[in-house]
Amino acid sequence: MASQAKTGAVQVTGEVVGLRRAGDYHVLTVTAGAIAERTKPGHFVAISVGGPQSSMLLRRAFSIHAAQSRGVYGGTIEVVFAAHGKGTEWLAGLRRHDPLNLVGPLGRPFALPKEPVSCVLVAGGYGSAPMFMLADQLRARGCRVHVLLGAATENRLFGVLEAKRIAASITITTDDGSLGHRGRVTDVLPDLLTRTNADVVYACGPMAMLAAVAKVSSAHGAYSQCAVEESMACGIGICMTCVLPVIGDDGITRMLRSCVDGPIFQGDRVRWDDVGTVPSDALGAPVIGGH
Amino acid sequence: MIRSVTAQSPSSRATPPAPVIDMSTDLAGVLLPSPVLTASGCAGAGRELDQFFDITEIGAVVTKSIMLDPRSGRGTPRMAETPSGMLNSIGLQGPGVEVFLDKDLAWLRERGARAVVSIAGGSVDDFTRLASRLRHVSDIAAIEVNISCPNVESRGHVFACDPVAAADVIAAVRRNTAPGVPVFAKLSPDVTDIVAIAHSVVDAGADGLSMINTLLGMVIDTDTMRPALAGITGGLSGPAIRPVAVRCVYQVHAALPHIPILGMGGIRTGLDALEFVLAGASAVSVGTVSFHDPSAPARVARELAQALADRGFGSLTEAVGYAHRSHTAVPSARAERVYSPDGTQHPREAVEVEDLDPEFEAGAEG
Repeated sequence: MASQAKTGAVQVTGEVVGLRRAGDYHVLTVTAGAIAERTKPGHFVAISVGGPQSSMLLRRAFSIHAAQSRGVYGGTIEVVFAAHGKGTEWLAGLRRHDPLNLVGPLGRPFALPKEPVSCVLVAGGYGSAPMFMLADQLRARGCRVHVLLGAATENRLFGVLEAKRIAASITITTDDGSLGHRGRVTDVLPDLLTRTNADVVYACGPMAMLAAVAKVSSAHGAYSQCAVEESMACGIGICMTCVLPVIGDDGITRMLRSCVDGPIFQGDRVRWDDVGTVPSDALGAPVIGGH
Repeated sequence: MIRSVTAQSPSSRATPPAPVIDMSTDLAGVLLPSPVLTASGCAGAGRELDQFFDITEIGAVVTKSIMLDPRSGRGTPRMAETPSGMLNSIGLQGPGVEVFLDKDLAWLRERGARAVVSIAGGSVDDFTRLASRLRHVSDIAAIEVNISCPNVESRGHVFACDPVAAADVIAAVRRNTAPGVPVFAKLSPDVTDIVAIAHSVVDAGADGLSMINTLLGMVIDTDTMRPALAGITGGLSGPAIRPVAVRCVYQVHAALPHIPILGMGGIRTGLDALEFVLAGASAVSVGTVSFHDPSAPARVARELAQALADRGFGSLTEAVGYAHRSHTAVPSARAERVYSPDGTQHPREAVEVEDLDPEFEAGAEG
């Protein structure tokens, strides 16, 4: 029917293969057909919640943790979530074989360096979900991969064992000191960037963490790519709700959609301090006294 | 067995082939092959949705309201989910009319999709200039005049809430629009008497009416104990507002039966669309539900055709305003539906009339 390039998003009715706990999080595996074979690290998927007659109209967006394009079930993907709202609580109650409507892969994936450089992957909480696929691809290019995971407490770290398997080094911080260093990822990041002589920093987690990571990275001359978390209604670029102020190549700030222009943004291009607002010098910003 | 299927396949397996029914509609002189359109602000300019269905197969893409100049919109959060709906406060973010024409409308033209261009402004002069700018642009099926967006700075001054202001805008747009391009006025439900506003804009030259825009609403976040939206108030849309929208269409169609209505407000399924048609809409826009199901406009069109066929209608136009007619009447189409052996539909006047639909029962619905 539609003209679907192999890179575009598709809508698929998948079936739940499994749902397991990982600390405070849930890991959902679902058949995803063509979404799986098109997924690149940093892509996300928008899942409808509540069943066909749901009163929850808005899809929930999750970064894709893993994608298997072939296997016993055909293509499958995995997402990681915390059951902290009505939609995610519904997801947490799914059972094997339940149908699930998916749209993906969405967004622009992480950009990968052409040279075998030193990379630091920073994640807060289950923001680590997309990092393992990314680490695999970076390693396949000969990059050295260092992982820094942080969370409020040990149960809210995701993928510590997996990180140990793939990373040249792993650093952990928790706010309460239950695992690793007590504190925030940004407490240890400057040292880590110096020690690893990092060229590129990849980050995924809460906006405040991303803002801090972007600043530290710039200060160290490292190029940073941040996967932002903005609330979205559609995930495909039509609702205009997930915007944030981003500086373009031309130096002009625009309110860009994190779903289609992101979710991965260059850290030094996002106006972190202005997120949530429309800076007065943004393209099309309201004129004081004007209409 | 565990498997996954793409969007098109389950519905095509679950439903029989599309019924042969004339779905074309006439919107104030513009003939559309399908009565299902996108809704302004819920489809961009069609490009994103074209990944999920063939954008040229629906009636038209109603583009996001465009203003003269680039506009950043409001801060975030701009959205809050509500029961069977959502609240939005985007603030008409857009690239301005020049970029719209160069990029968005050009893309629609190249793609071969029909375009209804929605325009918005803060003054009669803005609307005049926009209409003048569009006057010599080809491939605009119709203009929808957004005089009812609740997310503008001057919230107390939504044109569509004042019959005089609404008429001034519509008269200005009509005067500056090419004669063959119909002008639709998009009305707000947030008025005491929508029929009075409808009369006013029709007298001012509106060729048709789009109903309804969002309802002004508000959500307070009980964790932060502050308004959930950066813009404080927002427009409520989605299935939650459908009964309000159907009521507006019904009332206005009763008062102005010859004015074509583009109905919208919470359409999720073909049966929802049918409600609008029965109330008096000649076509419908599918909006917020596209966020939930990006294939929705195409799906609703299929489901509407099926729903009409199931009820014995031979064409969409026969069903327009049907709810206003006497309870005993049955669809006149019942005796007129004619299928040829090869499945194509003949022009009704060219074939002998024969009742081929014995299974029809009024009101039957599984």
